[in-house]
Amino acid sequence: MTDLSTTYLGLNLKNPLVAAASPFSKNIDKARKLEDAGISAIVMYSLFEEQIIHESLELDHYLTRGTDSFAEAMTYLPDGGVYSVGPEKYLDQVAGLKKALKIPVIGSLNGVSKGGWTSYAKQIQDAGADALELNLYYIPTDLDLTAQELENAQVELVAEVKSSISIPLAVKLSPFITALPNFARRIVEAGADGLVLFNRFYQPDFDMNELKIVPSLDLSTSAELRLPLRWISILHGKINTDFALTSGVHTANDVLKTMMAGAKVAMMASNLLANGEQIIPSMLTELEVWMKEREYVSIKQMQGSMSQKSVKEPAAFERANYMNVLNSFRDLR
Amino acid sequence: MKKPVVTIDGNEATASVSHRLSEVIAIYPITPSSNMGEFADEWSAKGKKNIWGTVPAVIEMQSEGGAAGAVHGALQTGALTTTFTASQGLLLMIPNMYKIAGELTSTVFHVAARSLAAQGLSIFGDHQDVMAVRQTGWALLSSASVQEAHDFAAISQSSTLKSRVPFMHFFDGFRTSHEVSKIFQITDDELRTLIDDDLVREHRARGLTPNQPVLRGTAQNPDVYFQARETVNPFYDATPAIVQDMMDEFAKVTGRHYNLFDYVGHPEAERVVIIMGSGGDTAEATVNYLVEQGEKVGVLKVRLYRPFSLDYFMKALPVSVKKIAVLDRTKEPGAMGEPLYLDIVNALSEGDRSDVKVIGGRYGLSSKEFTPAMFKSALDELKKAKPKNHFTLGINDDVTHTSLDVDASFSIEHSETVRCVFFGLGSDGTVGANKNSIKIIGEETDNYAQGYFVYDSKKSGQMTISHLRFGPKPIHAPYLIEANQANFVACHQFSFLERYDILKYAKEGAVFLLNSMFGKDEVWDTLPSEVQSAIIEKKLRFYVINGYDVAEKTGMGQRVNTIMQTAFFAISGVLPREQAIEEIKHAIEKTYGKRGEAVVKKNFEAVDATIVNLFEVKVPATVTSKMVRRSAVPSNAPDFVKNVLGPMITFDGDDLPVSAMPIDGSYPLATTQWEKRNIALDIPVWEADLCIQCGKCVMVCPHAVIRHKVYDEKLLADAPETFKHMPSKFKEFSQGFAYTIQVAPEDCTGCTLCVEVCPAKDKTQAGRKALNMAPQPALRESETKNWEFFLNTIPDMDRKLFNPSTIKNSQLLRPLFEFSGACAGCGETPYVKLVSQLFGDRSVIANATGCSSIYGGNLPTTPWAVDEKGRGPAWSNSLFEDNAEFGLGMRLTIDKQKEYALELVKDFEKELSLDLVNALVNADQSDEAGIQAQRERVADLKNKLSKSSDTRAKDLVSLADNLVKKSVWIMGGDGWAYDIGYGGLDHVIASGRNVNILVLDTEVYSNTGGQASKSTPRAAVAKFAMGGKSLGKKDLGLIAMSYGNVYVAHIAMGFNDQQTLRAIIEAEAYDGPSLIIAYSHCIAHGYDMAKGLEQQKLAVQSGHWPMYRYDPRLAAEGKNPLVIESKEPSIPLSQYAYNETRYKMLTQIDEARAEELMKEAQHDAKSRWTLYQQMASMHYDANNTEEKKS
Repeated sequence: MTDLSTTYLGLNLKNPLVAAASPFSKNIDKARKLEDAGISAIVMYSLFEEQIIHESLELDHYLTRGTDSFAEAMTYLPDGGVYSVGPEKYLDQVAGLKKALKIPVIGSLNGVSKGGWTSYAKQIQDAGADALELNLYYIPTDLDLTAQELENAQVELVAEVKSSISIPLAVKLSPFITALPNFARRIVEAGADGLVLFNRFYQPDFDMNELKIVPSLDLSTSAELRLPLRWISILHGKINTDFALTSGVHTANDVLKTMMAGAKVAMMASNLLANGEQIIPSMLTELEVWMKEREYVSIKQMQGSMSQKSVKEPAAFERANYMNVLNSFRDLR
Repeated sequence: MKKPVVTIDGNEATASVSHRLSEVIAIYPITPSSNMGEFADEWSAKGKKNIWGTVPAVIEMQSEGGAAGAVHGALQTGALTTTFTASQGLLLMIPNMYKIAGELTSTVFHVAARSLAAQGLSIFGDHQDVMAVRQTGWALLSSASVQEAHDFAAISQSSTLKSRVPFMHFFDGFRTSHEVSKIFQITDDELRTLIDDDLVREHRARGLTPNQPVLRGTAQNPDVYFQARETVNPFYDATPAIVQDMMDEFAKVTGRHYNLFDYVGHPEAERVVIIMGSGGDTAEATVNYLVEQGEKVGVLKVRLYRPFSLDYFMKALPVSVKKIAVLDRTKEPGAMGEPLYLDIVNALSEGDRSDVKVIGGRYGLSSKEFTPAMFKSALDELKKAKPKNHFTLGINDDVTHTSLDVDASFSIEHSETVRCVFFGLGSDGTVGANKNSIKIIGEETDNYAQGYFVYDSKKSGQMTISHLRFGPKPIHAPYLIEANQANFVACHQFSFLERYDILKYAKEGAVFLLNSMFGKDEVWDTLPSEVQSAIIEKKLRFYVINGYDVAEKTGMGQRVNTIMQTAFFAISGVLPREQAIEEIKHAIEKTYGKRGEAVVKKNFEAVDATIVNLFEVKVPATVTSKMVRRSAVPSNAPDFVKNVLGPMITFDGDDLPVSAMPIDGSYPLATTQWEKRNIALDIPVWEADLCIQCGKCVMVCPHAVIRHKVYDEKLLADAPETFKHMPSKFKEFSQGFAYTIQVAPEDCTGCTLCVEVCPAKDKTQAGRKALNMAPQPALRESETKNWEFFLNTIPDMDRKLFNPSTIKNSQLLRPLFEFSGACAGCGETPYVKLVSQLFGDRSVIANATGCSSIYGGNLPTTPWAVDEKGRGPAWSNSLFEDNAEFGLGMRLTIDKQKEYALELVKDFEKELSLDLVNALVNADQSDEAGIQAQRERVADLKNKLSKSSDTRAKDLVSLADNLVKKSVWIMGGDGWAYDIGYGGLDHVIASGRNVNILVLDTEVYSNTGGQASKSTPRAAVAKFAMGGKSLGKKDLGLIAMSYGNVYVAHIAMGFNDQQTLRAIIEAEAYDGPSLIIAYSHCIAHGYDMAKGLEQQKLAVQSGHWPMYRYDPRLAAEGKNPLVIESKEPSIPLSQYAYNETRYKMLTQIDEARAEELMKEAQHDAKSRWTLYQQMASMHYDANNTEEKKS
């Protein structure tokens, strides 16, 4: 029998297909359906500290605005008492998912303040999460902020979060790092148990009628797999950590490639959002069929088998890869 | 055991008892009692139980009349029932009050006593409403302070159960209802001791039940009605003793003892004042002071006014009394005296003390101050051999000379009491912080504490004044801190110094704290000379803090409240500094903690940043400033504005004599233009190179501060240097015409709606539009000159030269509604302004009470304006509940008088000429040219008949103006149209008469602070719908369409301004009733008002606000009268709704309920759309087609 099991962040998973951070985790019934369909773990949507702060300040602003300044209307909205504008809703969801699911639940956090990162990390752990994924989502727009300063701060942050929790810690990275291998190693040295490659950012779009900027996020395609695939291939075996690939996982083939690059798990969101949980069983079946046909006995067997360290032409992952593409293009002509 | 102490206002003190002693509470909002209902609703929503362990049922009704009816029904079926009201609301309850009393029903109504609308409306306190129900057979129990309001709420409940006579417990609106005071709280156990459960069960047993049925409410005939009416006498006879027993019992339980008539003063007093309400507290303190000075004086405080007990009264009054002054806080024009006075005269007569000389006087109407000095002047008057009767206190009556002189220097303020006055900006949180300070002082120290707050009359609030007193002795001072009495004066807004005499409050040696952008070494030279002089002469200790800067840096924005509060505690030494900071932080956690950590954190940061930024200023020995305080209005203002409205603007209206006031409540128009408020930090700046002259900015401006004109370019010869202009792009006015958009820099509120709506963007820089905001101070001087030139030198375009049916053309019409006191970014006023532009010169307007009547008619200055010929909207406000009928009455007059004029005009063919008569009778007035021609004919008629001595000719001259087309507008909010005035509105649209009804639909009672109306949509949170409204919005338009002859339009300017314009023009042109329901974004929705138009688009796109016009004229043409002008909902309702706090907050309170209600609301939108679609696709042409065939 083909063994699909894998481990990730010390968690034993029945297969490498993990639900990436997505709205599925906001609904316990939907999360349960993912589990029933065969997903092996679920990463929750991110707790955004910035959003918590914004919601809190927004609520306060609108409950306060215009109050105590006109004799007939001391206030304009009733003050409903206790509002869940803090992390409570998120933490309740962690606990709810843990209670409802047998598969591991991985919390996800994007903070803005030092205190926020560590305190929310601890709270997510206390709510029952099996592991935590830090989402280092940051758009540097300050011309005076150097790469070194930013990287140092993020490494320091990982160390602080790690020291505040006892559950495994994964760090989700951006692909836009000048010297990714070095930074990845520093993150792992700071205490990360795993690296998640890569974050997909909301990219602003333009509304051409209104000449306005509108936020936009398109679902990924399999083509996007190649970026994280390359980097996991390069880093596998050089940094002793668990890799997770996210972005572009749509087919059983994508999962297989992910494993061969050296990842422990393949995380999927767009395909689930587009087609629902029913695609999971077929993907897993395809995976198994492919492996059987080629006589792979386990997922573990193939993990890293195509990484830079394992292939014949390591340079294929570097500049030569680009050359080859050009060559093949010429050949086609 | 230490008694529980709380620091709360009179409304909360009352409601906290009433809620605990009720099973059913029927409510309706009316200032100043609304908060009692809000508290009751909030507590029940949160599951707070009464003393029997069950949560009272609270229901909002459609009017006070409705509330009284529901109360009556609940009582008749045996529930302990109450309501809260005031003023006109109480008047609406009168019919039920007679019934409830006649049926000997135990209940208590709690009333925050308020003025009645007479020559003008007033939301403030006096006893006119209370006195209007004294004949209903209810017991009237008066409390005089926050503590008493709390206590008497209990005493009245226990008394009504025992006596079976219904009780009205009342206290002075605002002075008691809104005063924050430290009081001892009655515990649940104490209430259980006071309320006899057997009596509760007896009350219940009298309830109607089919198990033991009775019939109550018969129709009685001459034979027995009279006798039956007399059956209740024993109950009234017994009531005074019952109340006294309850008061005695109350004293045993709580230690606080009251009597039906409480006498205070010298035991052998010769001069006594009799008074009721909060004035009694002032009187008591003054009498104690005077007795100490050796005077034989006293005061008799009336607690139980009805039933009036002669026995108790005579016992309470010292036998030594020789002269009595009775003070009434009410007015009964034409009476022999006010009610309390007449009662006392009668009591003395019946009590065989006719030897006592009695005089009566009026005081304190509409919360007019009642001070110890005023009280003393009444006592002093009694010293005279022939004291003045029917006098007034606190005003200068120079017409009928009723007023008594008052020695303004007389004060009894206790030296151990600390008095502080704080001047804040409406939006800066000063009042809220001071309420917290009072709580800190009241509950964390042994001090007694009192806070009272005075507000500006504008909704886009300017100034608030907080009066705080605290000290080791109980505070009996229900009046404002007087001049030269404050130990501490704080000015939280620097610009106030150049407009108001703030330091008049400071006593010698007081502390003056100023929020200043200038540092301790620079500030002195920036002060007006009057301020410098006061600081030096009064030897003030002067501190500054740059609260603006600290607020900015700590994320507090414009809210300097926490900073100034911290500075106050740091300087005043009320508490040790460390403890004070700890207490402030504790209060912050308590106030804001529920809203999230971030809010607490920024406030904490503000507290911590305050101390290091607080500095004492070294005061120079001499005045150096050349600046003087600005006058309230410019010197070229009309005399009435300068002499009457000016003092009101500077808070000196109390000094105006009676002769200054219009006798019948009629005021001149166009006065807001003289009150330059300068409240905008940024104002729009026009970039002519980008402008496409669409006029949208002018249309949406809520305050009419941005306008455009096309004009003869030759006029530019005299233009100021910085005056901007460009060639006109109007097709009617192209060659030789220039175009300008101009902003009134001192009237703008900085709402940015004009910038938001501007469609013209710079092709090289998308962020730059044809309008962009820029700081006002740098522009103020130049733009003021430009505005003057634009307004006064460039003429308005002749209305008959263009068709107003396009946006840009319509906005060439001069707004006759300008610079109102509405909120910045108001969603209602653009519609109101548009009506004023289109028809203002020939309109009569009936305006329901509410936001629109307040920003439209609140003194000092009012926004309805006149054109260059002096014509403008004639505007009036009757009541809240009758506005449609009020407007219909106007129409009836106009129609009748036009009819009469037409009858008369035919009799004067000889004098007028047949041609003129025919032209007058058959005039086509469907456009501006026709109206102007008719005006000329009418002028001709008047000219020709002016010298005639024929009485019919004189009549015709007096009526001839009605031959010119008039437009009747009936305006109001959804509270009026959907709820309290709905019955009338329904009748008026069914009348077929030519009236135009504009409903400014904000989906809540905006003016009283956001209570739910039947317009409030499902899933939205509002006061009285704390858990989110569970039923859908009433479809007023659909109801009106069902008549078939009513023009109905559902409009939203932000979605389609052209449809708005078209609907308003069509509605007015339709010779029958028209109903326009206008989506009006509102501060009570809880989002950035600058995005109001954007949000209106979403409202339409989500299906929440379908756009349509229903024109009965189309049906007559064989077409479907309903034209839907929005598309099928294209976005989920939640995408619109969750931009607004009113919806979003429910997701934060109860997510599951929010989801459920949103789902249902989504369904509402869909089914409404489907219904309209079906209606709009019905065939209407069957009959007509047949006719055509034949």
